[in-house]
Amino acid sequence: MATTPEKDEEKPKHRPIIRIGIFIIAHSLSVSVVCCTAGVLALLLFPVIAKKTYVSENALLPDSANPMISDKDVSRANIFVNELTSLKLKSQNTVIEIPRLIALHMANLRGEVSYHKFQTQSNKFHPLRFFTSPNAEADNLTTTCESYATNTIGIVRAQHGDGKEAIVLVTPYNSVNLTQNEALSLGIAYSAFSLLAQVNWLAKDIIWIAADSRYGEYNSVAAWLREYHTPSSNGLHESIETEVYDTFRRAGTMAAALVIKVANRGEEGEKDALNIYAEASNGQMPNLDLINIVSYMAVHGEGLSVHVEKLVSLLDSRCLKFIGHVFERIGNVVRKLNPQWKFGIPVKDYVEGGATLVSSLYHQALGVPTGSHGAFRDYQIDAITIEITTNRSSTNKGGQDELLLQGGRLIETVLRSINNLLEKFHQSFFLYLLTSSNKFISVGVYMIAFLLLVAPLPVLAAALFSDAGKSIHKSEKNSKPFKSWRWLHPTKTICLIHLWGAIVSLLPYFIYQIPDSQPTYRLFIWAFLSLFILTVLGSLLGARSTQWAVLKSVTVSTAFIGLCLMSVINFATAEIGALLLVPLCLMIKPWRLAGKAHSALNLVLVALGFPGAVFLVVKSAFGFQNGSSLVEFWYWMESLWAWNSATYIYIGMVHLPCWVLCIYILLHPC
Amino acid sequence: MSRFLSISILLLFVLYVSSESAGEEEFTEELLFRPLPDRKVLSHFHFESRAPPTNSYGHHHRLFPKAIYQLVHKYRIKQMELSFTQGRWNYDSWGGFDPIASSNAKPPGVELWAVFDVPPDQVDASWKNLTHTLSGLFCASINFLESSTAYSAPDWSFRSLSGNLRYGSLPREAVCTENLTPWLKLLPCRDKSGLSSLMNRPSIYSGFYHSQRLHLTSDEFDPVALNGIVLEQTLTIVLQPDSLETHPSFSGSRKLQPSWSMSSLFGKTVDGKCALAKSSNVYVQLEGSLVYNMKNTWNSIDSYEGDSNFGFTVSPDRMMKEINSVDKEGYSIIYGFSINNDHSSKPFDLGFWWKLPVTWSCVKAPLRVSRFLMGSGNEKGAIALSLQSTEWSQSLLKADNDGEKCNLRVDVFQLVPWYIKVYYHTTKIYVDGASQSLGDIIEKMSVSPSEDKVSPGVMEMILRLPCDMKSASLTLEFDKGFLHIDEYPPDANQGFDIPSAIISYPDFQTRLQYKLDTTSIKSPMVSKMQERRTILSYTEVLLVPLTTPDFSMPYNVITITCTVFALYFGSLLNALRRRVGEEERLRKSKDKSTGKLRLLLSKLSAKLRGKPWEPPSSTPPSSSSKFISTKVVIKIILIAAIAFGWQYYDG
Repeated sequence: MATTPEKDEEKPKHRPIIRIGIFIIAHSLSVSVVCCTAGVLALLLFPVIAKKTYVSENALLPDSANPMISDKDVSRANIFVNELTSLKLKSQNTVIEIPRLIALHMANLRGEVSYHKFQTQSNKFHPLRFFTSPNAEADNLTTTCESYATNTIGIVRAQHGDGKEAIVLVTPYNSVNLTQNEALSLGIAYSAFSLLAQVNWLAKDIIWIAADSRYGEYNSVAAWLREYHTPSSNGLHESIETEVYDTFRRAGTMAAALVIKVANRGEEGEKDALNIYAEASNGQMPNLDLINIVSYMAVHGEGLSVHVEKLVSLLDSRCLKFIGHVFERIGNVVRKLNPQWKFGIPVKDYVEGGATLVSSLYHQALGVPTGSHGAFRDYQIDAITIEITTNRSSTNKGGQDELLLQGGRLIETVLRSINNLLEKFHQSFFLYLLTSSNKFISVGVYMIAFLLLVAPLPVLAAALFSDAGKSIHKSEKNSKPFKSWRWLHPTKTICLIHLWGAIVSLLPYFIYQIPDSQPTYRLFIWAFLSLFILTVLGSLLGARSTQWAVLKSVTVSTAFIGLCLMSVINFATAEIGALLLVPLCLMIKPWRLAGKAHSALNLVLVALGFPGAVFLVVKSAFGFQNGSSLVEFWYWMESLWAWNSATYIYIGMVHLPCWVLCIYILLHPC
Repeated sequence: MSRFLSISILLLFVLYVSSESAGEEEFTEELLFRPLPDRKVLSHFHFESRAPPTNSYGHHHRLFPKAIYQLVHKYRIKQMELSFTQGRWNYDSWGGFDPIASSNAKPPGVELWAVFDVPPDQVDASWKNLTHTLSGLFCASINFLESSTAYSAPDWSFRSLSGNLRYGSLPREAVCTENLTPWLKLLPCRDKSGLSSLMNRPSIYSGFYHSQRLHLTSDEFDPVALNGIVLEQTLTIVLQPDSLETHPSFSGSRKLQPSWSMSSLFGKTVDGKCALAKSSNVYVQLEGSLVYNMKNTWNSIDSYEGDSNFGFTVSPDRMMKEINSVDKEGYSIIYGFSINNDHSSKPFDLGFWWKLPVTWSCVKAPLRVSRFLMGSGNEKGAIALSLQSTEWSQSLLKADNDGEKCNLRVDVFQLVPWYIKVYYHTTKIYVDGASQSLGDIIEKMSVSPSEDKVSPGVMEMILRLPCDMKSASLTLEFDKGFLHIDEYPPDANQGFDIPSAIISYPDFQTRLQYKLDTTSIKSPMVSKMQERRTILSYTEVLLVPLTTPDFSMPYNVITITCTVFALYFGSLLNALRRRVGEEERLRKSKDKSTGKLRLLLSKLSAKLRGKPWEPPSSTPPSSSSKFISTKVVIKIILIAAIAFGWQYYDG
């Protein structure tokens, strides 16, 4: 390099795009502050900018027909419900008697009835089974002495249909202890089924599953779906009744599924409501049109108020109210400027929207389905749970009739609408967040907030790298050949830490092999082994000191890559992870170099960044305290891996290594 | 006198024989009713037209439809069958063993097969022309079967007629009156008189099953033509006699079966027979198991009158009993009613009522077959064919229990479109849940894998299943292919159909042999029932969801491609055109010139201010880092504030 010093001074003029890049990197601090603030602000703005939902698919024809369900169907359903409840009082052996009664009634409606017997399948941690399709796990059920649970399945064949498609209705009930609400939900399904067995407009077969939820609602439906998609090997189910088919019956490709439930509500005086649960495993959502059509029918047809699950404890949050006030104020100002601009919503709406959004994010991030509809999503079938909450007393016969009529009408109109659609749901969104039952934020909007939040990471990484390069340049000018290799050692460190993260996330599989151990004990073993392996790896690494800036730069870029990857798999996890990880990554600095206030802030961030700490803070903040928090934490982790949640992988392989690296940087002896 | 008599008898005989051998055009119409166990009624119309061979009769016909005659001659068809079906045949409750179920239970949509009497290299051309002709004739999109991806040439599993057979089906074809009208046009009386006048469109299309079939046999091209062309048109409908309002009570299944009559089923009656028909008959068939179940209340079988379980509004003209019944327990009975032309008194309206409740079940096919999809996702899946034994195959086991290992032969014929890429080597067979080696079960198998966009995959298989098995299943894995954007049908998001597989049981011959009593006349339908035929059954049509593009994609693709092209060519041209060295020089010279000017200016100002001149600090170093000077920012903010204030107080 024979460049003269003068020429070095006078930098060649770069092209604009590179100049912008250099400019941004040079001002990484302000860029980070601006982007992060904008990201958080955008997140807070979500309830304000959420769009109204609309039925996107025209073929659904939501208003095309009047409900046909008659008093006769309802009175029959009423008889059915009364028989169920009286059976509960009379009979000892409800486990056998209830399916038989349901089967008899289904058969009387000319449905094709069959039983599906299954055993519970314990959820075990299978480390290499994330993201595999459910049919890949064709487990060989080892027959245990456990008794069978029985799903009762009734199928109405579409009179003129070709049997290629089907719509599924699920009513979970506990055969050991049938509650009045479960009986009512069975009754609602019955009233709809009774009508559908007579109509000639069906294009799709209707499958009604009375799912025995003795071993869990999800398990019963999942077992049925597994059986539906595998050749039945366990032969014939012997049945005594003549009207029940002795083989497993199927009906085409499933187009959609509705899980029907009834719940009681304490408060008097409010009108009946409908709760919609939609989150399936790994934050997958059904097509928005399915939710739209249900809420449209419930609101316009039945006059129910529709709710999506929200975090109730947030409704009184002062912070949220304050933000709501600010936005409302801004909205008023904006409206004065130009009445055309619609910005800002009332505080109450904002708080409700915020609570719903947080709940929606939490459930999606957790990756655990919120009901038995989750089992359908594993087979790419759109499904939701609808829960009719009522405060009508069950003893009141008129109230029960009305509920059965209302529920039956709702199911009928929704099914009719889905029946009209001779396609799979594809017109509307699959990636969205709900802020209320009729407001949503689509992927195009929420990605902006996320990208704003993570955008500082690569900028910071580049800035740190170039700064470190300069300082090296200054200090060791003669060791130029090794200049480009200075990231090698930090990368090795980071690879080792990530390897450690992978090992830590696999450890529970081995811990599970230890028989009869307490959750606390297991958690302790887990923590101990993790630390032990970390120290072993640390000693392997050797005590060669590295430049902390380069190390931080590489850490920040791996965090960026991890977060971006996660945002594709499960957005909500990535968003929450980014909220925790981005400030930590941006602020972290060796305590010897940082000021006192900065170190204190770093310490707080590090403490908050630990997954367990987050869990405990959230638990105590929202006050779900039952049992020891350590045990709780263990169960929480257990549920994550049992449900094959990608969040678990994220915590083990992105979040935890980054956190450890941040601590490493904090304690770095410059 | 006796001589004259004998001569005249001889003459008559000769005349009779000659008329028999030379043949006349014939048309017969028949209608069969059969009560079904699930409170429904099967109505089966059977029209048969015969045209004598051309070499003895000539080209001109009085009755036989010209369109069909020309079709047969133009494409040299030996045998052909076309069916339009809506709804599904319920093999469980409507039976699958008797001749009517076996030959009239068809897959949903359109099914066409034909055997040609042409050299093998011309068969495909004939088929293509035939599909177009039929498409025009029956107002249906049968021409979609023209494409080589839609039809196949089964070798041996489908109708042992090999060679010049072509088979294709369109599961998605909707069937409606526009297909029925041309079909009726082939009848000499259309639906103006005779039995076809019963075909009231709303009632026949509101049934549970509707299958309209056209079967053609010709030996025109044989050296010795005997029969000429036989056109057999059948319409099979399953109707529900009562409206469901009279709901079954919860007490139990012992309930009186619904009574019905022609007018309650169709909303019409028959005014008289078609004047051109040789015979016009209505039959009521009672199945063997039904007769058996009624026996205990029914003493004298020979007459239905008196203490039988049921009654007719019109007394039957004749009765036929089944002989050599396969079902050892009961034998089926057919009651015949002739429609005469002396209809001046009142229209013919056959009614049937039950006196006592009775339950029975139809004779099912040897195995209950169902086909379904396994797996999920848009990448791959599997087709599973599940075969379950019925009581029939169990009885077979008892019958053949002579120590030898009893086998049940099952032929499978399956056509799979090319975009479902079936891996035939992944075939797996499970008998009663246990995996079996293919060699033990498969006797013969021929497979022609699909070729992309050229031909469908065809699988023909002979399975030998042990008689004592309860269930068997056959699975085949497949990958889902990708279609080109213009190959997607308009409703691509519904998914794609795999046509029904055909399962046949060559070991079993279905045949109902009736002892014809003296009064019976020759009935084409009854003689059809007496023919030996293999039992066939069809599986469900499958719907495979494939990956579908967003069909607004072309627009997006065009925009993004244009952007990429613009970026690429822009930077390429930039790189080619630009000379870095030259630019540097240019910039330097510019700098110098401005420098000189600035130098001059600063000198001037220094002189004016009376200060010693010092060289100005070189060009602002922060030019790269400061795009926007603070002044500009302040100006912008000021303007914005003014605008804001103006808007706020003005609006």
